[in-house]
Amino acid sequence: MIGTLLAMTAALALSTVSLQAQADDRLDVAAQFEIQGPEPSTSGYIFTRMGVSETLVNAGMDGQLTPGLATAWSVSDDGLTWSFDLRDEVQFHNGTPMTADTVVNALEIARSKPGPFGTLPVTGITAGDGTVEIALSEPFAALPAYLAEFRSQILAPASYGPDGAGFEIIGTGPYRITAMEPPLSLDATAFEDYWGEAPKISDVSYSGVSRVETRALMAESGDADFVFGLDPASVSRLGMLDDVEVLSVAIPRTLLIKVNAGHPYLADPQARQALSLAIDREGIAKAVLRYPEGADQLFPPSVAGWHSDELEPLAYDVAAAQEILDRLGWVVGSDGIRTRDGERFTVTLTTYPDRPELPLVAAVLEQQFRAIGVEMIINVTNSSEIPSGHQDGSLDLGLIARNFSLIPDPIGTVLSDFVGNGDWGAMNWQDDKFADLVQGIARGEGDNLDREKASAILQNDLPVIPIAWYQQTLAVSDSVTGAKIDPFERSFGLQEMRWAE
Amino acid sequence: MGGMNALASRLVQAVMVAVLIGTATFAMMRSLPGDAAWRIAAGRYGYDNVDAAAADAVREELGLGGPALPALMQWLGDLMRLDFGNSLVTGQPVIEEIAHQLGASAALALSAVVLSLLIGPPLGILAGLRAGGALDRALLVVSTGLKAVPQFLMALVLIVVLAVQLRWLPAAGHGELRHFILPSLTLALGLAAVNARIARGAMARIADMPFWRFAQWKGLSERETLMRHGLRNVSVPLITYLGLQFVTLVEGVIVVESVFGWPGIGHALVHAIFSRDVPMVQGTALVLGLGFVLVNAVIDLAVRRIDPRVAA
Repeated sequence: MIGTLLAMTAALALSTVSLQAQADDRLDVAAQFEIQGPEPSTSGYIFTRMGVSETLVNAGMDGQLTPGLATAWSVSDDGLTWSFDLRDEVQFHNGTPMTADTVVNALEIARSKPGPFGTLPVTGITAGDGTVEIALSEPFAALPAYLAEFRSQILAPASYGPDGAGFEIIGTGPYRITAMEPPLSLDATAFEDYWGEAPKISDVSYSGVSRVETRALMAESGDADFVFGLDPASVSRLGMLDDVEVLSVAIPRTLLIKVNAGHPYLADPQARQALSLAIDREGIAKAVLRYPEGADQLFPPSVAGWHSDELEPLAYDVAAAQEILDRLGWVVGSDGIRTRDGERFTVTLTTYPDRPELPLVAAVLEQQFRAIGVEMIINVTNSSEIPSGHQDGSLDLGLIARNFSLIPDPIGTVLSDFVGNGDWGAMNWQDDKFADLVQGIARGEGDNLDREKASAILQNDLPVIPIAWYQQTLAVSDSVTGAKIDPFERSFGLQEMRWAE
Repeated sequence: MGGMNALASRLVQAVMVAVLIGTATFAMMRSLPGDAAWRIAAGRYGYDNVDAAAADAVREELGLGGPALPALMQWLGDLMRLDFGNSLVTGQPVIEEIAHQLGASAALALSAVVLSLLIGPPLGILAGLRAGGALDRALLVVSTGLKAVPQFLMALVLIVVLAVQLRWLPAAGHGELRHFILPSLTLALGLAAVNARIARGAMARIADMPFWRFAQWKGLSERETLMRHGLRNVSVPLITYLGLQFVTLVEGVIVVESVFGWPGIGHALVHAIFSRDVPMVQGTALVLGLGFVLVNAVIDLAVRRIDPRVAA
C-alpha cells in the first residue's frame, strides 16, 4: 500500500520533469497591454507595435517623420490641402490591394472615433489617383504626425463592420495575425507579400501579462524573448544575468504634477514655484525610479526643439520655498502645517496605480511637501478621475505620467494640454503669449526659438510641475540580435530582429 | 428525501442565487463612486487616451445615467431569457467572453483539484494509519506551513524555483500542456494542505474503530483492510469538504490567474470591476455563484452514492 502511494508521488514528480520548457523557433513578446479586441481605436497600438498594421507616416528614432504607406506628402501654398502619395503594390493580408479608396475609408472611420485625428480641422478626405487629399479649414503643419499615430492605421475595408467597429485586423504589415485570443494572446507569422523587406524571424507571438513580477521572471526563465516594461527592481536583477540583455532609453514621457491653477492656494505662480522648490527630484529619481537624474524642465532632451539648454533648471531649495510661502502670508501652525486666514494649506493629490511608481512617488511627495508646511492627502484611484476632476473642477493636484509622443510631433499634445485646456494638461491656466506662439508653430510659422520661448513660459509659470523623465526598459534574450527600443513607443522592431548565430 | 427532491431544491436555490447575485451586483456597481462613463472609457482607451470626448462618446453610445429601477428590471428580464448583454468595454457578447474564460478557469481549477487529490489524501491516509508517527508529525508541519503561505507568494516561489532556477517549466503563459503545471500546482498545494489534514483525521478515526481491528483480527492485511473498509469511509468527509474548498479555489484562481497571465474568469472579473463593465461583472459573478450551487449538487449526489446511510 505504502509502496503504491510513494510510486504515485514519484510518477507525478517525473511527469513534471518530462514536460520541461524547450526552445522553439518563435519569438515570444510579453508586455503589460491587454488586447481589448480587433479594434484599432482601442488596441491599435498593439497591432502597430507587433508589425501587423501600418500607418501612412512613420517616425524615426529621433522623431523625424519618415515615409510609411505614403511615400511623400506636400501641402498647398495656403496650407489648407495636404496630398499624400500612396506606396504602390501594397497588399492587405487578405490579398486585396491598398488603394486610395481603402485608405480614405480607414481614415474616415478613424476620424469618427475618439482620438486626436478627430480633433483636427479636417473638412474632407478624398481619393485621387494614387493619392489621398486631406482638406483643412485652417492650416495645420503637424498633420502628417497625426497620421503616424496608431489610431490612424490603415486596415482593409473588410476589417470593419457596417457601423465602423473593427472585427478583424487585416493590415499591411510584415506580420499577419494567425490567431488572436483577446485579452491575452496573439500569434502572427511573416506575410509573404509584404511590400518591404521580409522579416528575418518568421513566427512571433504576443502575450499580455499584467504583473510586472511575472514578466521579469519570464525574461529570466527564457519563456519570453522580448519583455517590455520592467520595474526598477527587476532591471537591476536582470542586468546581472548573462543570457538576458536589458535595454533602456529615455522616452518623451514626463512624470509631473498637474496643478489646478484656479485653486485659491495655487493660483499664484509663486505658490506653484514653492511646491516645485520643495521637490527633491534627484532623490526621487535615484531612490524610487532608479533613474540617473530628475527632470529639470518639462520636456526631456529627446523632444527636439522644445527642450532647451538655456532654461534655468528647476531647483530643490526648501529654505527658498518656505520664504515664498511666508511672503504669501502662510504661517506655520503648531502641528507644522501652514495656515492663512484660518484656512489650512491642505491639498489633495490624485493619482492612479496603472503605473506602479506613481503611488510610491506620491508618498515621497507627501513627506517633501510636509517639510515646507503643506499637508497633502493622497487619493489613489482610477486614472479617469484626473480628466473627470479636471472637467468638474474638483481636482487640486494630479500626479500623472504624460506622453508627449503619442503623436510624434509634440505640438499636438502641447496644443491640447496647454492651449485647449485639455483634460491631462494645464487646468485653469491660460497665457495669451504662449497661445500665440504655439498656434503659430502649429500653423507651420514658428521656429525652434519660438519653441524655446514657449518652454520658458511653462518653466516660469508652472501650470504643471515636472518631476522626472521616463526611461523605457526592456529585456531581450541573447538568442536574438538587433533589438532596439523605439523612444516613440510605436514599434517593437520585430521585423529588424534575427536569431543569434 | 430522495435524489430528485434534493435536485429540485438545488434548482430553486440556483434561481434564488441568480436573482440575489443579479440584484446585489447591480446595486453595488451603481453605488460605486465615480462616473461610470469615465471608468468605461479608461478601460477601453487606456489612461493615456481617456478624455472628455471619449467619455462623452461612451455615455452616448451606452445610454448611461438612466434611472436605476427600469435598468434593473431590464437586466433581470434579460437574465430570465439567458441574455447577458454585451461587454461595455469590448462590445462582445458577455456570454461568449465568459464561455471562453470559464473554459480556461475550469480547466485550471479541475487540474488543481485532481493534483491536490493525488498529493493530499494519500499522504494524509499514510499519516492517519500511523497517527503520531514521524510522517504524521512532518505532515502537520508541512501542511500548516503550506496553508499559511499566501498563494501570491507561493506562485512566485514556484516560478523562481521550477522555472527560473531549474528551467523545467515555463514561468507564465497559456495554451500548452506544460503551462498548466505551475498554476495548478500553486492552487493544488494550498488545497492539498487541507485535504491531507481531513484525510488524516478521518483515517485516524477509522483506524481506531472496532470494525477496523476486527477486520485485521479476521486476517486481512493492512492493505486489504484499507481497500475494503477504509477508502470509502475516508472519502465521505473528503468529498464533502471539496464543496467548501470551491470557495478557496475561486479566490485562488483570481490571484493565480493574474500572476501567471491566465485568461480566465477571475482575471476577467477583476478587470471588469476596475473598468466598471457592469454586464461582465454581473455575468461572471452569476456564473461563479451558479457554479457553487452546481458543485454542491454534484457533491450531494456523490456522497449519496458513496455513503448508503445518507441516501437511506
